[in-house]
Amino acid sequence: MPAPQCSSCHAARAALRRPRSGQALCGACFCTAFEAEVLHTVQAGRLLPPGAVVAVGASGGKDSTVLAHVLRELAPRLGVSLRLVAVDEGIGGYRDAALAAVRRQAALWDLPLTVVAYADLFGGWTMDAVARSTAGSGRSRACCTFCGVLRRRALEEGARLVGATHIVTGHNADDMAETVLMNFLRGDAGRLARGGGLGSRGEGGALPRCRPLQLASQKEVVLYAHFRRLDYFSEECVYAPEAFRGHARHLLKLLEAARPSAALDLVHSAERLALAPAARPPPPGACSRCGALASRALCQACALLDGLQRGRPRLAIGKGRDADGPPGPPPPPPPPPPPPPPRDPGSAPGPAAAGECGAACEGRCAQASL
Amino acid sequence: MCQVGEDYGDPVPEGPPPPRPGRELRCVKCKDGLPVVVIRAGDAFCRDCFRAFYVHKFRAVLGKNRLIFPGEKVLLAWSGGPSSSSMVWQVLEGLSRDSAKRLRFVPGVVYVDEGAACGQSWENRAKTLAEVKLILRSFGFPWHIVALEEVFTLPPSVLRCSAQEPLGTEGTYKVAVDSFLQQQHTVGGSPSPTQQEEQLSQPCTQDPEDPAGPPPAAHIEALSRLFDSVKTLTAKEELLQTLRGHLLLHVARTHGYSKVMTGDSCTRLAIKLMTSLALGRGAFLAWDTGFSDERHGDVVVVRPMREHTLKEVAFYNRLFAVPSIFTPAIDTKAPEKASIHRLMEGFLLRLQAQFPSTVSTVYRTSEKLVKAPRDGCAAGPRCLLCMCSLDVDTADSATAFGAQTQDFSQTQPPTPLAEAGAAPMPCCSAEVGRAQKCCQSTLLCRREDSQVIEQLCYGCRVNMKDVPSLDSLPPYILAEAQFRSQRPSQDIQEYLVENSDEEVHTTGS
Repeated sequence: MPAPQCSSCHAARAALRRPRSGQALCGACFCTAFEAEVLHTVQAGRLLPPGAVVAVGASGGKDSTVLAHVLRELAPRLGVSLRLVAVDEGIGGYRDAALAAVRRQAALWDLPLTVVAYADLFGGWTMDAVARSTAGSGRSRACCTFCGVLRRRALEEGARLVGATHIVTGHNADDMAETVLMNFLRGDAGRLARGGGLGSRGEGGALPRCRPLQLASQKEVVLYAHFRRLDYFSEECVYAPEAFRGHARHLLKLLEAARPSAALDLVHSAERLALAPAARPPPPGACSRCGALASRALCQACALLDGLQRGRPRLAIGKGRDADGPPGPPPPPPPPPPPPPPRDPGSAPGPAAAGECGAACEGRCAQASL
Repeated sequence: MCQVGEDYGDPVPEGPPPPRPGRELRCVKCKDGLPVVVIRAGDAFCRDCFRAFYVHKFRAVLGKNRLIFPGEKVLLAWSGGPSSSSMVWQVLEGLSRDSAKRLRFVPGVVYVDEGAACGQSWENRAKTLAEVKLILRSFGFPWHIVALEEVFTLPPSVLRCSAQEPLGTEGTYKVAVDSFLQQQHTVGGSPSPTQQEEQLSQPCTQDPEDPAGPPPAAHIEALSRLFDSVKTLTAKEELLQTLRGHLLLHVARTHGYSKVMTGDSCTRLAIKLMTSLALGRGAFLAWDTGFSDERHGDVVVVRPMREHTLKEVAFYNRLFAVPSIFTPAIDTKAPEKASIHRLMEGFLLRLQAQFPSTVSTVYRTSEKLVKAPRDGCAAGPRCLLCMCSLDVDTADSATAFGAQTQDFSQTQPPTPLAEAGAAPMPCCSAEVGRAQKCCQSTLLCRREDSQVIEQLCYGCRVNMKDVPSLDSLPPYILAEAQFRSQRPSQDIQEYLVENSDEEVHTTGS
């Protein structure tokens, strides 16, 4: 039986069937359709206005590679300019190879690249150091929690360094589906209430963020990378097997076998979740230490780092156990925002942070059981 | 587990399970009796304390929500399974003279015979029905047996929400209870149980809803055909639940019941929540898994067993010999990967074995859900099948729904030959809501089908993709779809009084 023809151009032989619709397309038509869909998402959601300077969070992996490539194709039509920002978490044997891939991409596409490292931003705390520090306490290390929070901080810093107005990340539909499953299994009502949209508008001085690939399924991202012959880094992080997300990912794979549209169905559910007002997080203010967006007195990054520096890494994980005690009335009006420091002020690891919070904080921390 | 709010104080022992209660251990509650069952992690209860704990939970759920007014007629949906049997047993005990605080409503029981959907022969079904009748008679309430085939005789009015009755506020509930108690006292001083007993015992002697024989052969065949034509087990289960829900609603309305109680346990509701999430019903989770479900307006579905875990139910039924029967369901003996329901069940129960707080965490999150559309927009049209407000917005295309209905690769219309050779996917899925451009090949999709699909919510649309021919749906659904698509035009809409009886009568039955 001869291979079917591309149902779009009817000229070339079909090279693939789209996972979503089963439509047979040739490589070129598929890539065109994919790019058109991303363009539509960005335009319909009004994500990137003309004239925006867009910082692309580039990890070297398939999602950010595809994102950067597509945005580069669409940049003239959208009227935006791109900058690549890569984050070096300091994970040996993994991140260095990924960064090499990012550097190759930057050279190939002629895009400016900035690398921000945890070691510089967070006072010498690389992910390997964090993992060592959290290894002894409790069943799981939860170093992925640290990495996620700190990476977003780092990305924000990097974006500011290059003068960006928007941040984009390469999360695809499968990622969003896993996130909503995970948040339900963990009972994280706050995150459930915040999520679901295409990104955050950026309140309180934080840069607006969005995920143009959110409605594209992971399989299509991989197919696109294949047909455009993109060079990316495809190994998984050294700490990934311990992450709770693995359960959600496994479940999603099973669900997709039973129903191919499962990922998008979950994204639709996430978009339409209605949580009680009490469960929603309080309106965000600014962190009292670094001025970043925070729903409590200290932003999550500062709180986690605080915990690390005191040798109590679990301090800020979980509700109400952060360095400042349980969330109470809205935080006092923030001090004038300090200039974004390339180095964290309380950077030396050790008990130096004790004096920063003040006596009241010490009292509450002593009560917070580990 | 990286659970929000979890205490990481002591590493949980991953070794052997907690030691069985031996002679040295005592019940944690009364410190006196010999423990017989372990609830949660390490709480050993003796028989009496367990019974008190179980009954108290049931009463507390009813009392906390104050939705069931005294003297109200409540229909108990009994499937024969452990949870619903336990629920009926609780109601039975709650109404008996021995209870300190008697339950004050008037119950009836209904059993739905779904044998045809599960592919059972009439002989097997008759055998099961005989057992069912025995148990139903022993309950002592008015009972009804309905076969699923009766969906083919339902009127389209089943799919319409009646005018909302104002929900009882605190004040009205107290007033109702007080007036009921006063009534009891003024009726000749005789204790109320006798009156209630009379009310209950009368219908029983007549065997109210005893179907003499099998339903009409045409209906049996139509039902089998419908369920056989559905391609996936997931869609079959969803369709079965939908039809069963409509049938229960009809029985309740016909016999004047204003509440329906279903026996969903905590475990089942957690699984149902995750399943609904995966099916795209995120907007309706509060209705699907909350204590009360008022989407039908006049009949409210209530879930009093929602705080009991399956484990507690199983132990209670065993210790106190609650009668139940086993009937094969549509997914009995199906492999785990066969449907989303099975997958979610297997996943949650396995995760629960590893992290014992999984089910309760999911359940607690479900309590934080509210029954409101996310953006607070006014109630719009309702889904034809599940009767929740539609959650699809054809205008906003930067959403998951929009992504599935946009098609950016069709630069030229394909020739009919090319279409016929493509994967057998009904084109409705690609271009829902655009009936005009729907498809070149009339074989795969028809105007009537798109008429129905347009009126469904996201979750129901995805399910209907697996039903190749919507013609095999029961006539009341098709009739209602037809009626709704001929809604009066915008011009006169503003002059029509909402939900008036006039509308209902003009369409006939």
